[in-house]
Amino acid sequence: MLEFILERGNYWAIIALMMIGLYIAFAATNLIKRLIGLGLFQTSIILFYTSLARIDGGTAPILFGNDYKKDKGHGDDYAAGADHAGDAADAAYGAAKAYGEASIENVYSNPLPHVLMLTAIVVGVATLAVGLAIIVRIREAYGTVEADEIRAMDLEVAIAEAAADTERGKAGTV
Amino acid sequence: MIEFISSLVPEDLAAHAPALLIAIPMLMAPIAAFMPSGRIAWILSILATGFSLVMAIVLLSQVQSIEGGAVISYAMGGWQPDAGIEFRIDALNSMVLLLVSAIGFLAAIFSWPTVQAEIRDAKTAMFYAAYLVCFTGLTGVASTGDAFNLFVFLEISSIATYVLVALGATRDRRALPAASNYLLMGTIGASFFVVGVGFLYAATGTLNMAELAVRLQGVQDSKAVFAGYAFILVGLGIKAAMFPLHQWLPNAYAYSPSFVTMFLAATATKVAIYALVRFLFTVFGLEFSFEGSTLIWILMPMGIAAMIACSFQAVFQTDVRRTLAYSSVAQVGYMLLGISIGTAAGVSAGLFHLVNHALIKGALFMALAGVVLTYKGTSLQDMRGLGRSSPWTMTAFAIGAVSLIGIPLTAGFQSKFALVNALFEHDWWWAVAVVMFSSLLAVVYMGRILEAVFFRAPTNPNKRHKEAPLIILIPLWILALANIWVGVQGGFVAGLAEDAAASLFIGGAP
Repeated sequence: MLEFILERGNYWAIIALMMIGLYIAFAATNLIKRLIGLGLFQTSIILFYTSLARIDGGTAPILFGNDYKKDKGHGDDYAAGADHAGDAADAAYGAAKAYGEASIENVYSNPLPHVLMLTAIVVGVATLAVGLAIIVRIREAYGTVEADEIRAMDLEVAIAEAAADTERGKAGTV
Repeated sequence: MIEFISSLVPEDLAAHAPALLIAIPMLMAPIAAFMPSGRIAWILSILATGFSLVMAIVLLSQVQSIEGGAVISYAMGGWQPDAGIEFRIDALNSMVLLLVSAIGFLAAIFSWPTVQAEIRDAKTAMFYAAYLVCFTGLTGVASTGDAFNLFVFLEISSIATYVLVALGATRDRRALPAASNYLLMGTIGASFFVVGVGFLYAATGTLNMAELAVRLQGVQDSKAVFAGYAFILVGLGIKAAMFPLHQWLPNAYAYSPSFVTMFLAATATKVAIYALVRFLFTVFGLEFSFEGSTLIWILMPMGIAAMIACSFQAVFQTDVRRTLAYSSVAQVGYMLLGISIGTAAGVSAGLFHLVNHALIKGALFMALAGVVLTYKGTSLQDMRGLGRSSPWTMTAFAIGAVSLIGIPLTAGFQSKFALVNALFEHDWWWAVAVVMFSSLLAVVYMGRILEAVFFRAPTNPNKRHKEAPLIILIPLWILALANIWVGVQGGFVAGLAEDAAASLFIGGAP
């Protein structure tokens, strides 16, 4: 049982980070803290993807050693034999496919989740930037970044509006 | 009509329609941002969305060229689907694309007077750039065949939407907290979705949706797939304003610039529902979705709760925009109810209502934009007597309202009728009663507004005859007449929805 738990340490860490982030995002009244929580939440997702990609004993997915030499060899052969560039590209693609099945010697981590997370990081940065910009505007318009104070102010405005509305309603029916 | 337009488009252009549909608005966005005057940016955005509309029509005719609906697979950048990103257009995609681009085109045309009135001059060019980015994201979600790419497009559209909503602050500062709330909820929703996609990738090793559907058949008992399913359902549920997850919507709709409200109400939640349908039926497959019983025990009660609770909330709002916003959540409930039946007739009714609701809410919010432009306020008191002072705007509003209630000869009636038929076929007669009850509530909340508009004296006697400008009236009446056209002769849209549902049941579940 203990082994079962410890083996999945990375997932426990991810779940803990995710829940902490989610809790901050909902529970904090300070809008900036909420964004920090959101950032934590998104970062835990990045951890999740990258830990999915890890393979025991795997290294960074860049060809080296014999794999690299083979790759060079293949490329040269095809480039020499091929008549034009399009064929060479096709052949290189075919060679890359062949690698996937058999002839790779070293163990590499799966590069795809890492690439996906590059995109996710960009999305996260864009969200954070927009969020901070909105908070700057909130601070200009309300003079505070505390969500409950903002809500209280909005409530006052809404009550005043409703009162004015009923006044006008009475005036209209007369 | 469709054949005629698509025959005008050159062959080479038509072959790359799936890519161009998205690429042109995306490339236009930075160009529009650097335009010295907002007017040029406006014209650019009309051109870009108009081009997308033509491309959507071309795609529709390509899909319809084969009996039962062709599936267009477009390898983005020449990378074949296994390695690259695939754009996959079938009957469902082409329907959603046509809807989004048509609404986007009409919205772009009508936007100029309201944007001029509500956005500072220095910002209008940027505003249109954000609009084009949002449009790009929505069309991207509706055409991609790659699960992670769908997340990216979803976030592209959402981030642009947060900006657009926040720009309502020049009219009312409450737009800012609304936008910040929407940002929080929307980002959490998208992140949930991406966690779900991660689980699916871990279980299958692919991100292509068609491939996912095939490989998931083999790992149906895996806990990872169940976790992924739950995350994706909740994530897309937030984006689609599924009942308990809709808290971001009313404020975002009430305080954003009126053009943005109109565009979002007619497209954003619809695209999220499309994504939900795509995952439930194509990726996970009907059997999996039903074995977990989620469609019946989660989606259906949520839909019914939305129909009743949010209709009640709509009745008690004093601001017309908030009334319509709550009614939007209620209408999402109808669509979810239709989808949760899980038969071809039910899904087709849900999708039919999706299109009709876009037409209805598009017309209603467009008319309200005209009201905001000419009379500033949108509270129930402000609406009094407008029927006399701006008859053309308000007649179109009334057509939309009647269609929302679902009175015969309007679009709303056709799709509710289809929904009721599907419910009867499935022996859910009690759900029919709920639909009827919710429609009665719609009579109450729309009736209040119509009464104020047509049968009350104006609160401000100085209000003279003051119509919305022609550039608003023309798109508004196109949408209003579309409501009547679909209501009288609903064959075209109903056919699209039926084809879309059929493609889900034949192509998706082997």
